[in-house]
Amino acid sequence: MNRLRALVRENSRNPNAIAYTVMAIGAIAFPGIIQFANGGNGDYLVSLAADSGVYVILAIGLNVVVGFAGLLDLGYAAFFAIGSYTYGMLASAQLISSPIHHAVHIPFWIALLIGMFVAAGAGALLGAPTLRLRGDYLAIVTLGFGEIVPRFFRNMKDWTSGVNGISALDVPTLPFWITGPWASTQLAIEHNFRFVSFNPTAWYVLVVILIFISVIGVNNLYRSRLGRAWMAVREDETAAAAMGVNTVNTKLLAFAIGASFSGFAGAFYGAKLSLVSPDSFGFIVSITILSMVVLGGMGNIPGAMIGALLLYSILYYFLPAAPAQAAALAHSVGMDWLNQSSPNGWPGISEFIHRLQFIMFGLILVGIMLLRPQGLLPSRLRAQELKRGVHDESAVVTA
Amino acid sequence: MSQQTEPPILSLQGVIKRFGGLTAVDQVSFDVPKGEVFALIGPNGAGKTTLFNCITGMHVPTAGKVVFESRDIAGTKPYQTAQLGIARTFQNIRLFEYMSAIDNVKVGEHVRMKAKLWDAIFRTPFARREEREVSERAMEYLRFVGIERHADNYARNLAYGQQRRLEIARALATEPHLLLLDEPAAGFTPQEKVELMALVDKIISRGITVFLIEHDMKVVMEVSQRIVVLDHGEKIAEGPPAEVRKDQRVIDAYLGKSA
Repeated sequence: MNRLRALVRENSRNPNAIAYTVMAIGAIAFPGIIQFANGGNGDYLVSLAADSGVYVILAIGLNVVVGFAGLLDLGYAAFFAIGSYTYGMLASAQLISSPIHHAVHIPFWIALLIGMFVAAGAGALLGAPTLRLRGDYLAIVTLGFGEIVPRFFRNMKDWTSGVNGISALDVPTLPFWITGPWASTQLAIEHNFRFVSFNPTAWYVLVVILIFISVIGVNNLYRSRLGRAWMAVREDETAAAAMGVNTVNTKLLAFAIGASFSGFAGAFYGAKLSLVSPDSFGFIVSITILSMVVLGGMGNIPGAMIGALLLYSILYYFLPAAPAQAAALAHSVGMDWLNQSSPNGWPGISEFIHRLQFIMFGLILVGIMLLRPQGLLPSRLRAQELKRGVHDESAVVTA
Repeated sequence: MSQQTEPPILSLQGVIKRFGGLTAVDQVSFDVPKGEVFALIGPNGAGKTTLFNCITGMHVPTAGKVVFESRDIAGTKPYQTAQLGIARTFQNIRLFEYMSAIDNVKVGEHVRMKAKLWDAIFRTPFARREEREVSERAMEYLRFVGIERHADNYARNLAYGQQRRLEIARALATEPHLLLLDEPAAGFTPQEKVELMALVDKIISRGITVFLIEHDMKVVMEVSQRIVVLDHGEKIAEGPPAEVRKDQRVIDAYLGKSA
C-alpha cells in the first residue's frame, strides 16, 4: 500500500503517467459506460472505438519512424495495406481464384505475426534505397512508395481481385470468451468463441490488448540502446556514426519496426471489416496518421495515442454527427426556418454544416497547432525546443 | 626511448586527399607513438581536419595508407573505426543537443553494448543489467570530465566549456585507444585551458593516446610530446615542441615569409 502511494506521488506530476492512467481507465470503463448511457444500444460506438484503436496502433508505429528516428514518412499507409492484404490473402477463400488454386486459412493469431513480419520486411525494403536521403527528399520517396503499393494491389487482379478487394475474411477464434453486462448481456462463458461483427465488444477488447502490447514493446525500445541510437541519428547523424552507431542499420530498424505495427493493425483491420480494398489505403490515410502523431506530440508515445484518439473521434464521430446536431439545435431553439431550404440558395442548416465539414476539420487542426505547437502531449524534448529562451538563460548564468 | 621499440598506434603513409582539383592533404606521412600526446598544428585551411576525417573514416583518402594498430583502415566506415578504438571530438561541437548529457555519453557506450533487438523489445534481465551498468559508467565519465552535476540537462543547455567536456566524455565512453581532439581549447579562457591540459594528462594516464589539433601554441607546447606541422596540405615539420618552434618553415607558415 505504501509502495502504491509512493508510486502515485512520484508520478502525479508526470504528464505521461497521468495520460497512460487516464487512457487505461477510460479504455476499461468505456464499453460499460457507453452501453449503460445508450440503454444497451451502444454497439455502434463500441465498434467505432475499436476502429479508432487501429489508428492508435498506426500512430504508435509511425511515431517510431518520425518521432524517434526523425525520418519523415509520407507513405506509411503502404505498410498498413501490406498488413491488411497479407491477412486477406492468408485467411480467406481468396487464393482459390489465384494461380495457386488453393484457399489458405491461417488462424488469425498466427496471421497477425505473419502480417507483422511481412510489413517489417517491406519497411526494410523501402528503407534500403532511401538511406542516403534526408528530410524532404526522403519524404518524397516514401510518398512515392505510398502511391505505388495500393496500385500494385489493385493491379494484381489474379491475386487480390483488383478494385473489388478481398472480402469474407476469416474471423479470429478463441476456445472461450467471457461476456457480461459491459456488452449488455448476462455474465456468461461462451465456448468456441468467434469474433463476429455484431459483437463489437470482443473486437474492442482485442484491440485494447494489441495496443497494450504495442505500448509495452515500444516503450522498452525507447529506453533501450536502440532507442538512444535512433535519437542520436535524429539529432546528428555524423556524430552518431563517429560514436560507433551503425546509422544504416539503425534507420533500417526504425523503418522495419515502425512498419511492423501497421502490419499488426492491418491484420486486425482486415479481420474486423472482413474486407480489404485498395481504396482504403490512400495518401489521405498516411497524412491522417502523420497529423495524429504531430498533433499529439511527436516523439512521445502517449502523445501520439491521444492525437490518434482525438483526430479519429473528430473525423468519424463529431463531424459526421454535426449536421444532425445542428438541425436538432435549430429546432429546439425555435428556429425551424433554418432547417428549410430556401430558393435563394440556402440549403438548410443540416446540409450547410455537412458542406462545411472539412473546413471545420481544417480549422480545428490549425487551431490546435496554434494553441499547442509542440503537440497536445509533447515529449520533454519538443517542449524545450519551443521554449528555448527560458533555458538558454540558465546556461548563460552557469557559464 | 621506449616508444621506438613499440610500434606506433597510428601511422599515416603517403596520405593524399583531393576534392576535385583541390589537394587538401598532400603526401602526408608520420607516426603517432603510443601513450603520448601528439599534436597537429598549422594555419587555417592547412588540411588538419581533413586529415582527421581521413583517419576516422569520414573521408576516404584518395591515396595512401592509414595504419591503426598495424592494420590499414583507410576507407573503413566511421562507425567501424569507432569500434576499432578511435574516438573523436569535433571542431564545431556536435552533441546530440536534445538528449540529456548522460544520454549523450550512453550513446558513446553504444558501441560496447551487446543487447540485441530481442533484449530491447522484451527488456530482458540481460538488457536491464546492461542498462544499469551503462548508466553507472556514463556517470563515471561525466565525473571524470567534471560535469556530473549536469547529467540530466539537455546538452544544448550546457555552457560552452561544459559542452566541450561532454564531447570528450562521450568520446571516452567508446573506450578508445586513440582519442582525436579537434581544437579542444577553441574559445576557452586561460583558466579553462589550464583545466583542459590537466584533463588531457588524466586521459593519458588511462593509457589512451591523444592526438589533437590545436591553434593555441602555448597549449600545444606545454601538453604535447611531439608535433607535426601542416601547411597547404603538406607536412612541413615534425619533432618535439622545442625544435618545431625554431623551424624556419614553421615560422614562415605562421607569420608569412619575409620577402
